[in-house]
Amino acid sequence: MTARPPLSRSSGMILTTLEGVPGHTIVKHLGLVQGSTVRAKNVGKDILAGLKNLVGGELKGYTELLQEARHEATQRMMHEASQKGANAVVNIRYATSSLAQGAAELFVYGTAVQID
Amino acid sequence: METIIAFVILMALGFFVGSYIEKQHFNDLRDREYRTRHLPVINIGAKTPIPEVDRARLFVGSVVISSDYFKTFVASMINLFGGRITTYETLLERGRREAVLRMKEEAIKWGAQQVINVRLETAEMGGQNGGGIIALEILAYGTGVQ
Repeated sequence: MTARPPLSRSSGMILTTLEGVPGHTIVKHLGLVQGSTVRAKNVGKDILAGLKNLVGGELKGYTELLQEARHEATQRMMHEASQKGANAVVNIRYATSSLAQGAAELFVYGTAVQID
Repeated sequence: METIIAFVILMALGFFVGSYIEKQHFNDLRDREYRTRHLPVINIGAKTPIPEVDRARLFVGSVVISSDYFKTFVASMINLFGGRITTYETLLERGRREAVLRMKEEAIKWGAQQVINVRLETAEMGGQNGGGIIALEILAYGTGVQ
């Protein structure tokens, strides 16, 4: 993993959970775009989490892991959107599912649009 | 004999350290919620047009929160008879408030006027037999507007 650039700022793409982009009008819908990543927790983090599980509280290792994974999924979605010639993605939704024990899929989807 | 001693130690550790951490967390949450109270968070906005807005950006806040030994034990006991598992209710409340706060703090840094169309999502990390780890991920995301 290389250092991560801030979301949306890197490419100038606008991401929103709304149906449109405030202050702009949508000129063209380019269809559904999605990005996903499946991540496994590593053993070191698992052991630490097991210990932390005795006293409760936030599991920082997992929080970071999932944030990083979600960032990657979003990057993939943005990449797909820019290949379609979009400059914004609207109505974004996130979903998570735990596939197998110790692995989680992070999934993000939205509609790629062209705005003026 | 040793197993009983180990169990008692773990229960005590979970109860005392766990409640201390929980109390600290609740104090911290109250504090930060007070500081971020000027930012309205609403979950409408997808279909309702929001006037006087010209910039929008996605904000995500997430947290993975875990149960302690005491809570897990109490929950497994309640599980036998049914009823409200109050020990997990506080856990989820903490997680949800934390996730929303993280989203709000990000939005405030950017200079948002409000966060609209917020969605909350919960996912289980540990799995049904994931080594007994009870960990939940809570995600809050919405669009900050200026």
